[in-house]
Amino acid sequence: MKILVAVKRVVDANFRVRVKSDGSGVELDNVKMSMNPFDEIAVEEAVRLKEKGIATEIVAVSIGPAKAEDTLRQALAMGADRAILVVHDGRAEPLGIAKTLAAIARAEAPDLLLLGKQAIDDDSNQTGQMLAALLGRGQATFASKIEIANGNATVAREVDGGQQTLELTLPAVVTVDLRLNTPRFASLPNIIKARAKPLTKTTPAEFGVDLAPRLTVLKVEEPPVRQAGVIVGSVTELVDKLRNQARVLP
Amino acid sequence: MTTLLLADGETTAHALTAALKLGGEVHMLRLADCPPLAEPLADLIVALAPAYDAIVAPATSTAKNVLPRVAALLDVMQVSEVIEVVSPDIFRRPTYAGNAIETVQSGDGRKVITVRASAFAATQLDGIAVIAPPPSADPGLSRFVSEAAEKSDRPELGSAKIVVSGGRAFGSKEQFDALLVPLAAKLNAAIGASRAAVDAGYAANDLQVGQTGKIVAPDLYIAVGISGAIQHLAGMKESKVIVAINSDPSAPIFGVADFGLVGDLFTIVPELTEKL
Repeated sequence: MKILVAVKRVVDANFRVRVKSDGSGVELDNVKMSMNPFDEIAVEEAVRLKEKGIATEIVAVSIGPAKAEDTLRQALAMGADRAILVVHDGRAEPLGIAKTLAAIARAEAPDLLLLGKQAIDDDSNQTGQMLAALLGRGQATFASKIEIANGNATVAREVDGGQQTLELTLPAVVTVDLRLNTPRFASLPNIIKARAKPLTKTTPAEFGVDLAPRLTVLKVEEPPVRQAGVIVGSVTELVDKLRNQARVLP
Repeated sequence: MTTLLLADGETTAHALTAALKLGGEVHMLRLADCPPLAEPLADLIVALAPAYDAIVAPATSTAKNVLPRVAALLDVMQVSEVIEVVSPDIFRRPTYAGNAIETVQSGDGRKVITVRASAFAATQLDGIAVIAPPPSADPGLSRFVSEAAEKSDRPELGSAKIVVSGGRAFGSKEQFDALLVPLAAKLNAAIGASRAAVDAGYAANDLQVGQTGKIVAPDLYIAVGISGAIQHLAGMKESKVIVAINSDPSAPIFGVADFGLVGDLFTIVPELTEKL
């Protein structure tokens, strides 16, 4: 079984971004970049499926600037076999990314496509669902458990009000949630080995995909700053403030 | 301008406010009347789409699952988690865990939008035309195996007026329940949790408040034993009044709290429950 896993280079989850003073976007110079945390979980799951003898090959794909090679090397160090980098500078949206991934999937013919449920930069939560639609395949989003047997994937999903389990006919698209697994740290020997693993560079044009954004960003602003309030000395004082000052309690 | 509103639970009333701001007529499709699997549901909505200029849904897990599929089939770039409708084609939405608010203009002829319910007041659904779902065929790409619903008599987290939320500091599921449930009951509040508390098994997955969990903006949010990682703050900082109870006076949660109380939650929470 072949797995295609998509990864995105994003601002590190522990870094608090600043909006540029001209409102054109967020400051990305000298900012720590990392693999999107949900994509790390997707790579980890692919590697575990290979370690269990279920997957035979893992292809990691990223669409982004030349620097996204670092992100793919991390996926290779975690255990992916080879990587495809679609070099694209500038803004790209989930629809364009999904079209590019769909073109790669048609060429690679994977049995399972794994993606993070959401990128922590644009917070769109769309790419996996769009990819499934474009390929005409089944989808399971927000996965907390994945089992593969008899040409099907059984996926537990985190949904409002509880958990839902679906069975998908492979090939299918699965987007992963936080509690699917805890991604490994790549060991130093594996990081060195990853440098020698094959990485193909290509462009969106080679797939005939138009990545021109459909949404025009008119401006980007900081959210209103919430001021810290007061520290109260006792529960009695807190209850009094909530009743008589904030008036949120009867 | 005619808008199709996908009705899915209590937050639909908030999404209706956003749908009405687009101008023109709103028709409602109840997802409860439709096939639940994403593939046939998306096909059904796509079949209805030609009659509509916009498709709007509250950002519930069902809508987040199906609507991007609809958007891709319509070759539309969805606008996710809209917090303000500026005009029929200009929207504001949070990015980077709410630390950068984008104003975007959609160039697509048909709009596909999910709405962050906490950013909009509720509008009565009475009088909104409900349309019958057209017949649909299941392409058979996925099948239901099981559904494990957490049945709770607490108000729904996404629309509750008061939320009490707990973190890892509770130390165990037993203590989380023993302390927070009576407090929530006294306040008729929904219970939420930090990611750390959910990861530790103190609370169910769907109670996680944060960037990639539930986004809430109740009148009163009480954070107990939650340090306040940016991902958690992204899910609750629009609350009207925030109370933080934490033993660490330097916890970031105090930076957004209107009222902070430094101390041991194991004595503070029972005392608070008693005095309310």
